[in-house]
Amino acid sequence: MADTNYDVIVLGSGPGGYVAAIRSAQLGLKTAIVERENLGGICLNWGCIPTKALLRSAEIFHYMQHAKDYGLAAQNITADLDAVVKRSRGVAKQLNQGVTHLMKKNKITVHMGDGKLVAAGKLEVTGEKGVETLTAKHIIVATGARARDLPFAPADGKRIWTYRHAMTPSEMPKKLLVIGSGAIGIEFASFYNDMGADVTVVEMLDRVVPVEDADISTFLEKALKKQGMKILTGAGVEELKASANGVSAKIKTKDGKVEASEFTHAIVAIGIVPNTENIGLETLKVETTKGHINTDPYCRTNVKGLWAIGDVTAPPWLAHKASHEGVIAAEAIAKELGHKDAHPHPMDAQNIPGCTYCHPQIASVGLTEAKAKEAGHEVRVGNFPFIGNGKAIALGEAEGFIKTVFDAKSGELLGAHMVGAEVTEMIQGFTIGKTAELVEEDFMHTVFAHPTMSEAIHESVLSAYGRALHI
Amino acid sequence: MAIELKMPALSPTMEEGTLAKWLVKEGDTVQSGDLLAEIETDKATMEFEAVDEGVIAKILVAEGTDGVKVGTVIAMIASEDEDADAVKAPAAKAQQAPAKESASAAAAAPAAAASTPAATAAPVSADGERIKISPLARRLAAEQGLDVSKLTGTGPGGRIVKADLAGAASAAVAAPQVAATPATNAAPAAAATPFQTDIPHSAEKLSNMRKTIARRLTEAKQSIPHIYLTVDIQLDKLLKLRGDLNKALEPQGVKLSVNDLLIKALAKALVQVPNCNVSFAGDQLIRYARADISVAVSIPGGLITPIVADAGNKSISAIATEIKELAARAKDGKLQPHEYQGGTASLSNMGMFGITQFDAVINPPQAMIMAIGAGAQRPWIVDGALGIATVMSATGSFDHRAIDGADGAQLMQAFKNIIENPLGLVA
Repeated sequence: MADTNYDVIVLGSGPGGYVAAIRSAQLGLKTAIVERENLGGICLNWGCIPTKALLRSAEIFHYMQHAKDYGLAAQNITADLDAVVKRSRGVAKQLNQGVTHLMKKNKITVHMGDGKLVAAGKLEVTGEKGVETLTAKHIIVATGARARDLPFAPADGKRIWTYRHAMTPSEMPKKLLVIGSGAIGIEFASFYNDMGADVTVVEMLDRVVPVEDADISTFLEKALKKQGMKILTGAGVEELKASANGVSAKIKTKDGKVEASEFTHAIVAIGIVPNTENIGLETLKVETTKGHINTDPYCRTNVKGLWAIGDVTAPPWLAHKASHEGVIAAEAIAKELGHKDAHPHPMDAQNIPGCTYCHPQIASVGLTEAKAKEAGHEVRVGNFPFIGNGKAIALGEAEGFIKTVFDAKSGELLGAHMVGAEVTEMIQGFTIGKTAELVEEDFMHTVFAHPTMSEAIHESVLSAYGRALHI
Repeated sequence: MAIELKMPALSPTMEEGTLAKWLVKEGDTVQSGDLLAEIETDKATMEFEAVDEGVIAKILVAEGTDGVKVGTVIAMIASEDEDADAVKAPAAKAQQAPAKESASAAAAAPAAAASTPAATAAPVSADGERIKISPLARRLAAEQGLDVSKLTGTGPGGRIVKADLAGAASAAVAAPQVAATPATNAAPAAAATPFQTDIPHSAEKLSNMRKTIARRLTEAKQSIPHIYLTVDIQLDKLLKLRGDLNKALEPQGVKLSVNDLLIKALAKALVQVPNCNVSFAGDQLIRYARADISVAVSIPGGLITPIVADAGNKSISAIATEIKELAARAKDGKLQPHEYQGGTASLSNMGMFGITQFDAVINPPQAMIMAIGAGAQRPWIVDGALGIATVMSATGSFDHRAIDGADGAQLMQAFKNIIENPLGLVA
């Protein structure tokens, strides 16, 4: 019989779980991972990565349609949705195989099946081969989350979709209703809008991407409307009925009127529900808040030897937050097991960047201006539009801006907020700065390469101190 | 590149100091670790060591100059491959004249340089090593007046990060001289109108130490509601024990004073009555896990309180040796800040002057001070009959915001019991 006693077992192999397993193995811990479906979890099978593949197609389609702007000509441009989806699935498959290889390389034992905690340090895995009992000194719960359904209209995969159906559509939606304007909702709205669908977005709050800075929301809403999207903020879907030919919705608008509209499809993107059922959390009396497991900054739960990372814990619910927590948890465990080179650092949610791949992209880290003021900071705010950046103009992407929020007294970078082309690749500059606790002077003293869009980072900081050069 | 040598902050509260004496002259070659100057702060005279090596190109602040702000450029060091004569001082105009450290040039330079922010100087620990600290933490520490050399970093490679300051801000209460007193209510004696009198007199400029004493005692008496509790303590057993111990220690050349025993007694009493080993810190009460006793030592021109850390767990002979050494250096003005900043309670003994009893002023942010009077033979009831005993009066002053009368009384009782049954001191 195989030895099923481990130092660490990770339950769930998403971007949190598989990274936690690799880091544990790197630190010399005997590690196993339990997965019920696909190695790599949602992120690279059904989330971040395949959507990026889809959005890339949409982006290129968009450029082809605007070839004239660049002095080029292209005729008979059409989109083949099946081919686009096929490419996206191919990307996901390649990465899934990559994770399998990484598990093997790091000598991590993979147990396929449904894992359930039966006692402290004890996990039962029900798989094709029957029930197996594994034991470990430490167990990391990384079961993730799934899309939240509308209570009155659960997704059917035909007319009413979650992100997962939207990723492998059987047909191109002609008239699409997107409910919710968070990152997922707005990305699919943007994708299908670029692909030629007639898109309506309904957001309950008073602005789109409501977790972002208000200036970003205002700008994005204008940009999306210019692309032909219909956006209803302060509005709610009261009723949603699927039929053979489409969905009929009753939407209560900002002024309180209820309007009936017809769509071919609807995407529900109103948030997530943590996967905490049937994994034995009740048996161990694990504490949760609104279903999400409570953890300390090192990912410890209230139960000794039980850890939790990623979407199953507190927000933000982002893949890179999960991965990072995976590393922290693995190092904290190694330290508890007496490893001398493990130096876990506590998670600081203020330093986790967020990226939304709509068109134009948005990216941010830290506090919004409003949140900074709420927290009692006296702020200095910088703002630099890409119209003042040579590279952006050359690329034909002069739309957007970078906003920076500093503490007026200490020069601490409280937050950075960007909207425009490729900003998701630029947010790291600010994130490194925030993590290293740089102050405005350090950003000012940094030489930014020319010509790059990143120069706008420099200018935005300078602008906060009234020193912007190109505006 | 010439290196600017700036007036160092030798203690957390130091904003300015007196450049007492230059130990180098222009043209001297210095190595890292060489002594450059003696600087008088509000507490002590301290030696300023070189961190960089090179040749002293210019001395910009003449010795004897006081009120030199922290961060002011006081000298320029030329690196070895550089012509020392070519080094220009930062205060450009003042130095255009080939200033042979003329008084006017020397005076002009610090004024001009004072406007450069001191915070940009990379912090350096006492042994000259660079302290790893994030730019933000460095700035916040300067703002809060924290001594970064005392902080423990939790960032990568022991780097001090913002989060480490949060812990220090509350711990800083333990370093009394980081007291919250803003400079504005400092030295109330600094009256706007000059003092006038017909009586023949001389006016003497206050030393930095005198100014600090004035400020801190005024602050203590104005802000702390003091209560005073006095007990009489029979000393005979303690004196006998001391005699026995000294006889035993004679070959080692150690001689214990009564005060050494009292330091230990106070520390032990504070450990027994932890409610008195505290600090009142605005909206929180700080409870100390060990007793560090500040001992008032009179020195020329004022008073300083060197600290015996964790006195409850030290042997009396260790305390005696430590106090002797600290007091000697205190009298020379050579104590390092960490040797007189901190402490959880104080002991002040005026017995040697024949003072029978007195009430001492609390040394904030500590919450108690023990005042010791002279031990003298007094009529005393021993075993129901009038006899003679050596008795002293001890008076505890307590911060009534932090310590209730009954807790204070318990401490006095514990102190008395320990002294009257002194074998516990050597156990």
